[in-house]
Amino acid sequence: MFALDIKEQGRPSRNVLARFSGATGPLIGLLALCVFLSLGTDTFLSVRNGLNILDQITVLGIMSVGMTFVILIGGIDLSVGSVLALSMMIMGWTANIAGLPMGIAILSALVASAFCGLIVGLLVTSFRVPAFIATLAMMSAARGVANMITDGQQIVGFPDWFMMLAIDRHFGVLTATVFLMLAVVLIAWLFLKYRPEGRMLYAVGGNPEVARLAGINVPFVTIGVYIVCALLAGLAGIVLAARLDSVQPSSGFGYELDTIAAVVIGGTSLSGGAGGIGGTLIGVLIIGVLRNGLNLLNVSPFLQQVIIGVVIVLAVGVETLRRKRV
Amino acid sequence: MTDPVLSLRGISKRYGPLQVLKNVSLDVYAGEVVALLGENGAGKSTLSGIIAGSRAPSEGTMTWLGQSYAPASPREAIDKGVVLIHQELQLLPELSIAENVFLGRWPTKNGVVDRDQMVRRAQGQLSRLNLHIPATRKVAGLSTANQQLVEIAKALALDARLLILDEPTAALGGAETEALFDQVRKLRAEGVGVIYISHRMEEIKQITDRIVVLRDGERVQEFADSATPVRTIVESMVGRSLDRMFPPLPEPQERSVLEVDGLTAADGSFRNVTFHVGAGEILGIAGLVGAGRTELVRAIAGADPISAGKIRLDGKDLSLRSPADAITQGIVMVPEDRKDQGLVVSHRIGENLVYANLDRFGGHWITPRMKRDFADRAISKFGVKGRGDQLASDLSGGNQQKVVIAKWLTRDPKVVVLDEPTRGIDVGARAGIYEIIVNLARRGVAVIVVSSDLEEVLGVSNRILVLAQGKQAGILNRDQANDVSVMELATI
Repeated sequence: MFALDIKEQGRPSRNVLARFSGATGPLIGLLALCVFLSLGTDTFLSVRNGLNILDQITVLGIMSVGMTFVILIGGIDLSVGSVLALSMMIMGWTANIAGLPMGIAILSALVASAFCGLIVGLLVTSFRVPAFIATLAMMSAARGVANMITDGQQIVGFPDWFMMLAIDRHFGVLTATVFLMLAVVLIAWLFLKYRPEGRMLYAVGGNPEVARLAGINVPFVTIGVYIVCALLAGLAGIVLAARLDSVQPSSGFGYELDTIAAVVIGGTSLSGGAGGIGGTLIGVLIIGVLRNGLNLLNVSPFLQQVIIGVVIVLAVGVETLRRKRV
Repeated sequence: MTDPVLSLRGISKRYGPLQVLKNVSLDVYAGEVVALLGENGAGKSTLSGIIAGSRAPSEGTMTWLGQSYAPASPREAIDKGVVLIHQELQLLPELSIAENVFLGRWPTKNGVVDRDQMVRRAQGQLSRLNLHIPATRKVAGLSTANQQLVEIAKALALDARLLILDEPTAALGGAETEALFDQVRKLRAEGVGVIYISHRMEEIKQITDRIVVLRDGERVQEFADSATPVRTIVESMVGRSLDRMFPPLPEPQERSVLEVDGLTAADGSFRNVTFHVGAGEILGIAGLVGAGRTELVRAIAGADPISAGKIRLDGKDLSLRSPADAITQGIVMVPEDRKDQGLVVSHRIGENLVYANLDRFGGHWITPRMKRDFADRAISKFGVKGRGDQLASDLSGGNQQKVVIAKWLTRDPKVVVLDEPTRGIDVGARAGIYEIIVNLARRGVAVIVVSSDLEEVLGVSNRILVLAQGKQAGILNRDQANDVSVMELATI
């Protein structure tokens, strides 16, 4: 009498615009930025430069997906930059010093990264350490281990095919690394939007007590999210290694802040429960396009940092104001 | 009599289409205690918020000490001497009493906080309230009654001429209440005006000079004499025949669905509770605040741990380690705090409905259409006035509660536990909730209703379990239960 069947379906949807709600502000900003740079430089608007931008944002893009998950459940992960470095060093050591095949090297790097996420997840859930502190500790520890592996030295020279992953444009368009990033983004987007497990993240971030009382296993979700975030940071490390054809323990320094910035510019709320991958992709593109455009305009790297700071405040401030008005 | 210190004329307040105050006028004189009385949702909190500057009236004017008064913020009201003391105390536990008393207006000397003066003056206010504890002590660890007094000391240090006390005794025991009343009387003698909000009729008769009754946002009556019989006051508060609100109860079936045997909370909040609920039966749980009612039903719903006892469902022993376990077995709970436990208020209704059913999508992709259809059907089935794509925060309390109930009923539960199902819901919407509750029983669901509202428990239960200080005081059948027999057990 009361029971409802989940899968019974009715009429189709009408409101297409509603699907982009939440990220409309950043999207407009991104488009405005592109128009401005197209008019302001003669090099920005070209297929070649577009592909360049995509190449430049692969690392940030992959990391931001994991960070979106973490921030969605109301957490934060400061350790992604260090986990990226650790992943790179483990891969480099396994391949070049232990002399094992690249496949095994990559796999061990990813397993080590996921392990970092597991530790963070357990600290946050079982030991109730605040995420900020747990990941701050992991940021320090993972960086330390990354340095210990080679005593701070870099490792260079990987097989040609590995380097070509980031150079060789298949069908003249996409490199394997860009393709990887797009696949990660697409899968994450589908997961968050359409999988029950994905919707759980919104419930946990919206209000963990409501989620728990609704029968959602909150610790399990939390641990899973930190593992995925660390795993993606590790994957980003492999991509970065391919791009640089070398690994060094100082890589990824400060990346956690870029990543958080991209997620926040994309409209995901730091208090959890609101946002998504679509917005994050726009956030990543804004940072990528801005860096690229400012380089084309010969703006000094120091001034670039200032401008990106201003953009973060603008993006979040405008969004907050807009919500207040409604 | 002299002029009143505070006059309200024609105060109205609307939230969207909902009018919570209609044309309320009120005078408060210096040195008197006025009781503001009314059911939940009658508009007491809104009115006190308006007086204390935390809300602005939609219409109407106020006069304070002969001058027009329209505080834009609590700060402005406080500066003029109007202080509201909230039900939930607003103290910083890790700071000293003195620091709390002077928070935001620390006395300074040469640009630095003058700690000696601060402590001295705070101590002075404390002794004015007969509270003999050092003002340098941390607030954390003080009894609730003493924290209440610290709040009052804070108000006095601000030179309050009008105090609004919102349910100050909700968490106090008998002796503590007496002590508080002594201080309130003392303040009255000093010429402070007091607006006293409470549900406890006996207290109100003890402490107040005048009783103003609000109902559905309107001022319906004033009793100038606190000797007015309680019955008369309650009738004025309720203002309608109570029987009309509750649908007739169905006859419960013989078959017992839920059996609870010697249940004891891990934190000791209830001990050795034994009862059963039959199919189609509604068991009410009554008791005073702190009697362990919420803790008991949370344990049954798997939300809190138990240290002893058994929960049996259809004769089978359950071991519930989480709400998820209970839900899988068919025990669901509509929690006490709708906004903090029942709904993610910043999310859409459809999302909220889906959150409680995610496991049922088991491994499937959730298309937006599936989600929307699920929400639409749940909404139309339970008479929620709203659409699946509306934010939960946009709904009225009654409709929010229907969403919380609906999210469970889509799973055909065996046991439904409702904790304070109509708290904060306006009177008109309550009948709809009662209708849903009784319908559940008609279908053979075992229902447990916890409520602080005695009329509600009496109106909607086949039997009533009364808890007193964590112990089972007794179970009353419908024909034995009335407000007197329940209160007798509850106050053992």
